[in-house]
Amino acid sequence: MTLPDSQTFLSVDLPALLAALFACLSCALVGNFLVLRRQSLMGDAISHAVLPGIVAGFLVAGTRDTLPMLTGALVAAVTAGLLIELVRRLGKVEAGAAMGVVFTSLFALGVILIEQGPARQVDLDADCVLYGQLEGILWFGPAGWSSLLDPGTWASLPRQVVQLAAVFALCLAIVLIFLKELTLVSFDPALADTLGLRSALVQHGIVALAALCAIAAFEAVGSILVIAMLICPAATARLLCDRMPAQIALSLVAGAMAAIGGYALGAFGPALVGFDHSVGAAGSIATLSGLILAVAILFAPRYGVLARRRLAQVKQPLAVG
Amino acid sequence: MLQRLRTRNFIPPADAGVSPLSVSGLSVAYHRQLALHDVNWTAPTGGLVAVVGPNGAGKSTFLKAVLGLVTPLAGTVEVYGRPLAQQRGLIGYVPQRESVDWDFPVNALDVVTMGRYGMIGWGRRITGAHKRAGMEALDRVGMADYARRQIGQLSGGQQQRVFLARALAQEARLYFMDEPLAGVDAATEQTILAVLRELEAEGRTVICVHHDLQTVAATFDHVLMLNRTLVATGPVADTLTDANLRLAYGQRASGLSLLS
Repeated sequence: MTLPDSQTFLSVDLPALLAALFACLSCALVGNFLVLRRQSLMGDAISHAVLPGIVAGFLVAGTRDTLPMLTGALVAAVTAGLLIELVRRLGKVEAGAAMGVVFTSLFALGVILIEQGPARQVDLDADCVLYGQLEGILWFGPAGWSSLLDPGTWASLPRQVVQLAAVFALCLAIVLIFLKELTLVSFDPALADTLGLRSALVQHGIVALAALCAIAAFEAVGSILVIAMLICPAATARLLCDRMPAQIALSLVAGAMAAIGGYALGAFGPALVGFDHSVGAAGSIATLSGLILAVAILFAPRYGVLARRRLAQVKQPLAVG
Repeated sequence: MLQRLRTRNFIPPADAGVSPLSVSGLSVAYHRQLALHDVNWTAPTGGLVAVVGPNGAGKSTFLKAVLGLVTPLAGTVEVYGRPLAQQRGLIGYVPQRESVDWDFPVNALDVVTMGRYGMIGWGRRITGAHKRAGMEALDRVGMADYARRQIGQLSGGQQQRVFLARALAQEARLYFMDEPLAGVDAATEQTILAVLRELEAEGRTVICVHHDLQTVAATFDHVLMLNRTLVATGPVADTLTDANLRLAYGQRASGLSLLS
């Protein structure tokens, strides 16, 4: 395998890249409010718990249309929420433990449905759930670079790409309009309640948005990338800034870097170093987002390991003198 | 917006004799254990009220139930004669400092303007006027120079002052504060006490959970003494007596009376 010619790039790589980009941007955006509320595990829980719902929706409708899968996933998300609450109360365990029990059980149920149910005859398998099907997104519209200037070409954009772009646009609009409320509820839900801004409503909204992103992204990029993207970009941004607008912007930059860089690494990297095959782009994107976070942990100007060590060294002689 | 707020929240004239806060039959349970039982209390109009009692007496629970943050088993709460839900614009809240994550990416001014989000309303921008009000509140607690500081880089006392400034920015008539003087430095204590007296002079009512019996008499006008139920209430001089302290704190407190 060598680097693709322009037609292959436009039909195979560009739609996959766009799908990955919008999936990463949506998850990174919503992930901010999970990470800042110290509920990162929630993203993990959601993306696992919705699986049986997605499979059930698929089984009932018999197609891979979004609406039945989305409906199933939302039903599963609500069921998961109720079950977590139930386990927490009846079992008298902390929320994290209840979450862990419920989401793994639901995920296992989803896998059983996939492996044993009628879904086996059609193209929904466990690999697709974990890694997605980025490489399966094809765009037959464009014929050469110049055709990208023709609006007609864009009308034939694959369904997954359009869907992911729409979900990102929706999340971005909600975050821009309600940034004030989302920030307040993430920082101090009690104050929000005393002001009459109902924190439970906003918190459920955040979970619902995260579920929507997870469901929309999962078909294209798989649940592993969803989990990485809900956490890594927001955690990276948190190390680099001190205000909410910068936090949001940097998380989007980190998500985009991981998506574009990771896709390039996965699709073209092996060819460049002489290997004969490409690696799954979802995996390389998730890996790159982890690497970006690692770099931030080490080198962030104020909160990085090195910066804090340097600060400690500067302070020590002062404290003595 | 401010006008809307005024019409929505009703303050009866001072001579109408309606209390800022009236609690009746308030009971709260956590995990089937009764934390507060049948508290009936009418707050005095204006002045500083200390809520005192031993650890686990339900002081914070009382505040949270009154503010609607925990759902009571039974009882009603009225603010200026009307249900709390209609009067949210009249109340201000200073939670315990440990209740939030100070690593959060917001600066001191961001936190203070949060006190005004109720007036600003859902989905509306924070205007310059609200930021100016936030700066004024920071100035009142001597924190104007730290407005752009990320809140995690402030000392504990400074953080407490930011919380107080946020409550001032709420422009409330009735304030609830959960141990605002706990673990603060001397300068912060002086600032907070001065602000409390200003609030009192402006005719506002401040209900403060307070753990330090030594300083109650010097700072507060009224006492609400709790130990899972109402033990005693009234002006400090009549209420903080040996007999009442023994009732609330048990034998440990004998000789604790600070009035003699």
